[in-house]
Amino acid sequence: MAQVDGAPRPGAALGQPCIFKLVLLGSGSVGKSSLALQYVKNDFKSILPTVGCAFFTKVVDLGAASLKLEIWDTAGQEKYHSVCHLYFRGANAALLVYDVTRKDSFCKAQQWLKDLEEEFHPGEVVVVLVGNKTDLHQERQVTFEEGREFAESKGLLFMETSAKLNHQVTEVFSAVARELLQREEKEEGQRQQGDARLALNETPPGRSRCCAR
Amino acid sequence: MEAGGGTAAPAPGDAEDLEEMRFPSEEARDGGGICRDLPGTGDASVEKTGSETKDQPPGLLLQPEAPSCTYGLWGPGASENSPVGGPESGSGGQGGDPSDEDWRSKRKHVFVLSEAGKPIYSRYGSVEALSTTMGVMTALVSFVQSAGDAIRAIYAEDHKLVFLQQGPLLLVAVSRTPQSAAQLRGELMAVHAQIVSTLTRASVARIFARKQNYDLRRLLAGSERTLDRLLDSVERDPGALLLGAVRCVPLARPLRDALGALLRRCTAPGLALSVLAVGGRLVTAAQERTVLAECRLDPADLQLLLDWVGAPAFAAGEAWAPVCLPRFNPDGFFYAYVARLDAMPVCLLLLGTDPEAFHDMATCRRLVEDGMHSLGAMRTLREAASFSSTPSASASAYSVQAVEAAGLRHFLYKPLDIPDHHRQLPQFTSPELEAPYSREEERQRLSDLYHRLHARLHNTSRPLRLIYHVAEKETLLAWVTSKFELYTCLSPLVTKAGAILVVTKLLRWVKKEEDRLFIRYPPKYSTPPAAPAASTDQASHNGLFTAP
Repeated sequence: MAQVDGAPRPGAALGQPCIFKLVLLGSGSVGKSSLALQYVKNDFKSILPTVGCAFFTKVVDLGAASLKLEIWDTAGQEKYHSVCHLYFRGANAALLVYDVTRKDSFCKAQQWLKDLEEEFHPGEVVVVLVGNKTDLHQERQVTFEEGREFAESKGLLFMETSAKLNHQVTEVFSAVARELLQREEKEEGQRQQGDARLALNETPPGRSRCCAR
Repeated sequence: MEAGGGTAAPAPGDAEDLEEMRFPSEEARDGGGICRDLPGTGDASVEKTGSETKDQPPGLLLQPEAPSCTYGLWGPGASENSPVGGPESGSGGQGGDPSDEDWRSKRKHVFVLSEAGKPIYSRYGSVEALSTTMGVMTALVSFVQSAGDAIRAIYAEDHKLVFLQQGPLLLVAVSRTPQSAAQLRGELMAVHAQIVSTLTRASVARIFARKQNYDLRRLLAGSERTLDRLLDSVERDPGALLLGAVRCVPLARPLRDALGALLRRCTAPGLALSVLAVGGRLVTAAQERTVLAECRLDPADLQLLLDWVGAPAFAAGEAWAPVCLPRFNPDGFFYAYVARLDAMPVCLLLLGTDPEAFHDMATCRRLVEDGMHSLGAMRTLREAASFSSTPSASASAYSVQAVEAAGLRHFLYKPLDIPDHHRQLPQFTSPELEAPYSREEERQRLSDLYHRLHARLHNTSRPLRLIYHVAEKETLLAWVTSKFELYTCLSPLVTKAGAILVVTKLLRWVKKEEDRLFIRYPPKYSTPPAAPAASTDQASHNGLFTAP
């Protein structure tokens, strides 16, 4: 998608919110569409498998700043796997969703991470690991710790949600939005520093690192 | 199905596959009995199946509780081709297994299996429980194949078994309905087209070439319900598949023309087809001039798209998905943008060739939406969508009362006198099914009658032009001329003269309403090609993407 290229759209300068592209990835029926619908339309209903990819937009207001999320809700079914690269190209953030009651979906999420790593440079996308369906805690197969440990080992954000009970759903997207803005500001800072370096030619190396978080 | 030749005997791998897939059902009293009387054939696969079967307790072979109808299924003398003597194969043991009364009582079964005998789809019951039954079908097919022939159909008492081989897929219909073998074959073709539309023929072939016993269900997950709906529609609302035509939303001609012009105006690079639909019925469709004028858009493809966008899966958001039009090009994908306009049942489909064009299409959609608002079309279409005795969005129809012909209950009318350059959009019209056809059994009965008449009219050896048929609860008149094909259902008390009067009235009404009922002048447009190309090979680069 030509216009979403990791960089904010020109509109940002005109006071319009920056646009970020977010993809929802994960195996079939883990609740990707439910998360998106709950977040965008505050609605939960049983839905049929997504065909290809569904597209939503939502403006996130983070107090001081706001940004627009373009949410690409991909189909989890295997038949669409081969076309999924179409959808995550140019993404700024990815939610790797799994179902806490299904171990296989957790493994699949790790597979998706590999796919993402092939497509993107490290740190290029904000990746959040999301364990959905916490309302079905009796059938849980993947513990919170397992999820967190994996996320930490790969440097991902991690959260557990329940799209059905609307638990932590908004928080996931807000966390992504905050992270995106932070990275944006950091990059902005780096860019200015870069300009400065060009001019002054003596900025100490490694400086930008301490600005991170 | 092509005549296979002697080489078509299954490779040893087939026998292994059969064996493998039989394991789960073995513990659950596998009363196969399929190959008892099998003459020595020298066919590895069939023999294998036979010997396995012999290991089973023979007492289960003839299940006494089996209704006699299933005897007919595989019964002796069922066909010159049938090598089987036993009853239908035994049971799996889980839900929907073949010994289940409920499962047996279904009027029509449709199965899809791989050449290796792996079950892929069954209309009723779980496919796991049916692996033995599927094994029988594979055995039948390969037995005939090993003799250098191809099995097409088996007629057994009130049952018809129709076989259709499409590449590595075998489709089988087992039916007690009065549908003809040709009609059943048409249904199987539609099922196959549905599978191809999500996967493409090339990728199905590639998958099975790589791994013969691949479980295609993995890739078709989620498509089963689409197939179920497709097969159900044949009985619940006959027409589209039977007549090979699409149904339009009745709409005043100026508005339809304006919408057509609007679609023609709103184009994007690589756009090949724009469709406005309400609940699986066509409002209008505009085609790219070069792409689809040379290779005509097949009504089956359009119907497939209409069914597809009518699916509840498209209820939310904007969707972007690859889809293959099997008649246009079974090996390539188009990319479809699908959105419900204004949160209404009105659905816009934009079909293009560029996999990256989502945002262009979304822009195009906003143009269409704005245009429709300024035309005031939204309200009209909302009214069209809400008019219905059933509260679903799938009815943008009219009542048979509109014809004002007493005694007329229902009809199907397909015009045949469309000017040649418009023939690429075969259409039909029919009123909503109202009482006494509101319950499923009655709809089924009507559908059966229509199918029976259709089969008689289109009989290859002795086609008819006019049939007056007095059935138990209704009288029917079917008529095909050079100008139209018509099926009417009348009250049972109507006289022959009365029926002719009603039909005359109906024809006059259709003539009068023609502009509203049908799209007389399907709009066309030209778009800049997605990639620079000479006009001669434009058709070839559109829709000819290889499957990923």
